[in-house]
Amino acid sequence: MMRVWAWGALLFGCMYFALPLIGMTEFSLSMRRGEYSFDAYRVVLADPRFQATFAYSVVMALVTIAFGVLLVVPTAYWVRLKLPKARPWVEFITLLPLVIPAIVVVFGYIRLYNTSSVLPLTGSVMGTNLLLMFGYATLALPYMYRSVDTGLRTIDVATLTEAAQSLGAGWVTILGRVILPNVLASVLSGAFLTFAIVIGEFTMAALLDRPAFGPYMQILGANRAYEPAALAVIAFGITWACMGLIGLVNRFSRHTQAKR
Amino acid sequence: MGFLDLDRLEKSFNETRVVRDFSLSVEKGEFVSFLGPSGCGKTTTLRMIAGFETPTSGAIRIGGQDVVNVKPNRRNIGMVFQSYALFPNLTVAQNVAFGLKVSGAPRDRIAARVDEMLAMIGLPDLGGRYPFQLSGGQQQRVALARALAPAPQVLLLDEPLSALDAQIRVSLRSEIRAIQQKLGITTIYVTHDQEEALSMSDRIVVMHKGIADQVGTPSEIYNSPATRFVASFIGTLNQVDAVVEDPANGTVEVGGQRLVLGRALGRARGARVALAVRPQALRIGAPGPGEVGLSARVVETQFLGAVQRIVVDLGGAPLSLDAFNRAGAHLPQTGSQVTLSAAAEDVLVLVD
Amino acid sequence: MVNRAASRRRIDLRWVGLLPFAVFAGLFLILPTLYIVVGAFRTPQGGFTFQNILDLNTPSIRSAYWVSIKVSFLSALFGCLIGFGMAAAITVGGLPKRIREPLLTFSGVASNFAGVPLAFAFIATIGPAGLITLWLRQDFGINLRAYGWNLLSTPGLIVTYLFFQIPLMVLIITPALDGLRREWREAASILGASAWQYWRMVGLPILFPSLLGTMALLFANAFGAVATAIALTGPSLNIAPILLFAQIRGDVLGSPNLGYALALGMIVITGLANALYIWLRTRSERWLK
Repeated sequence: MMRVWAWGALLFGCMYFALPLIGMTEFSLSMRRGEYSFDAYRVVLADPRFQATFAYSVVMALVTIAFGVLLVVPTAYWVRLKLPKARPWVEFITLLPLVIPAIVVVFGYIRLYNTSSVLPLTGSVMGTNLLLMFGYATLALPYMYRSVDTGLRTIDVATLTEAAQSLGAGWVTILGRVILPNVLASVLSGAFLTFAIVIGEFTMAALLDRPAFGPYMQILGANRAYEPAALAVIAFGITWACMGLIGLVNRFSRHTQAKR
Repeated sequence: MGFLDLDRLEKSFNETRVVRDFSLSVEKGEFVSFLGPSGCGKTTTLRMIAGFETPTSGAIRIGGQDVVNVKPNRRNIGMVFQSYALFPNLTVAQNVAFGLKVSGAPRDRIAARVDEMLAMIGLPDLGGRYPFQLSGGQQQRVALARALAPAPQVLLLDEPLSALDAQIRVSLRSEIRAIQQKLGITTIYVTHDQEEALSMSDRIVVMHKGIADQVGTPSEIYNSPATRFVASFIGTLNQVDAVVEDPANGTVEVGGQRLVLGRALGRARGARVALAVRPQALRIGAPGPGEVGLSARVVETQFLGAVQRIVVDLGGAPLSLDAFNRAGAHLPQTGSQVTLSAAAEDVLVLVD
Repeated sequence: MVNRAASRRRIDLRWVGLLPFAVFAGLFLILPTLYIVVGAFRTPQGGFTFQNILDLNTPSIRSAYWVSIKVSFLSALFGCLIGFGMAAAITVGGLPKRIREPLLTFSGVASNFAGVPLAFAFIATIGPAGLITLWLRQDFGINLRAYGWNLLSTPGLIVTYLFFQIPLMVLIITPALDGLRREWREAASILGASAWQYWRMVGLPILFPSLLGTMALLFANAFGAVATAIALTGPSLNIAPILLFAQIRGDVLGSPNLGYALALGMIVITGLANALYIWLRTRSERWLK
């Protein structure tokens, strides 16, 4: 009896997930009338604006990841090592982006950093790019921080630090050559998740008027029929790849730890 | 036929036979312990009685009725779990009331019974507390009250004290036994702690590799273990290999010396047996009437406070004996040859 | 004296390590938010006022909030119910263990598959020319539109949001279901309770804080979602995030400070939902420690 319900719930859920995925795939292949073809993909991939916006978003994602790692790893490490008192506060702040909608944050950016302010970031293209990157970093902050902090919990930060110090290592060496390699799996998990979030992000990029992949998809969606479905398949593939890589990284790190 | 009958119970998980050919008849009001190391099948047997596991074959009868196909919630059994398993969302009183409530008992009867039970376990004022506000010992008492509240026919306890501190364990031991005797409830108690089993039970079932090695009263189990396993599991016991020379008058050969036990052994001439004797049954000195004596070399002496333990070597096998630590008692020198004596009836002949 | 000065300096130094993080969070998270919050209580001339908050009470803004709340609430509710059903199926439902890991992995992917592409997937499936729409019309003669179905509407939005709400629920509630100990079920059973009585009196009450808390989280999650809604319906649907989007782009409300008030309203609603989540979580953890 129980099992019948269980199968029912599971099948219903799986149908719910499967149908849109089948739908978008089917649609993306139906550009040529009467037969399946990759025409939609061909058109999309050949579109110079696709190439430009996709490249832009990839670069933004990579820069965001680099910035996020440089910001989060030392902070989480420092809090664990020296400032356990500050932990609840830091954690609270890292969770704020889940509470404050992204649209509100970017609204604040636009007003706070406009051309007539002290820090006129939106005044130049580079400044706006930088602002968008900071925005992405806030979006990714909860995931990045939690991931790294979980990684730090599994290693003995204090002992590793003292051991490194006793061998004459400075802070940069400790962070870069002792702590980072030990939490690499967690950092990579956070990085892939950041990539998945940034690559298709729409709200911030659109409101800051940057030529990113998210706004491009939205514009294409408003004007074309089959190409958006192809984009959806590509985006889903990217998300899937990022999650798959996270799983892979975790499994790999579990193995190396088990061996130790 | 007893009140609770287990008849040739078998349980296999895949290829592993966890319980084999287990038969037991428990009288009404009896307190029976299943004693054995972990993985011996005692918990599986208990869970079959509760109905959480279905026997591969065999029968379980309560009051003459076969319950193998009866669901746990229809068996009218009370059970106390190792981890207490109190419902964390309910207060102590609600936990105790749970069994009566699901059976649809009237509210005033439930309230009266809950008060009665809480008074019985000595926690009459904690009815409004939540489990997380109680100590481990208090939680286990509440678990006992919860199991007893619906007045079950049989009470099952699955290592109920093993998660508690040593001190609470001892006091709760006698408390559980007192409540059981007062209610006269048929009880099965699973434990790996021999002291618990010996001090609480009417009878003990010593289990080993899915088999009931021996069933008997605590003194039977302790004083005349039937198998090598029981002998080694219960208390400290010296074991030496011996060869039967004359089964009729109980003559055996041990480490080149001859021992006449003066009773028939029921084993063939030349059979290899194990002799067992408790450390406190041995003494140093020449054998008196009804005693047997052996000569051995002292290997070492250990000071254990109230007791001195002397380890001797008998034909290559170590043997220990305990002597009370009295002032003026002098210990034999290490390396010296001594004569050991024991009452012939205290020397046990074990089967494998 | 010397000692105290030295120890004070050491404390100062420790906090210096947090400076980069504090500067980042201050400049790009807290200050922008505070700017909006303060702006909601200011007149265009800079004075203090409650007028902006009061001005939110127009039929259009009221309706935007109301539709937003309705969509978020219903998608959270259905997401909870269906997600719970699926999580229960793989944890306590007695299904083969092999199903569990793939479902959790998929949930991780699907809960992150939001925004513009998600809208495209649903348009391709149950939009006006979508796979299911056409299939039902051609093979069964069922015209969804005639039954009042329209993807570009609030029900359409709910159905689309469920695609990330359900897996999010699965991810959060599965550990909670794993936390239900086997002994509780056995204890209830041996005390005479049926499976249903166990769930009603023990299982669900234990899970209740987690369930309600997760629902609050799903609510906040849906409430702040902008991209999916815009890609699905364009600027036409009047919900709070789309209205705010339009306000930021072109000041459609005709008053910047009213825009701040609109944003403040969103922070308050998602903030309340999250506070509820945290409060309920601590409650359930207290029970289960």
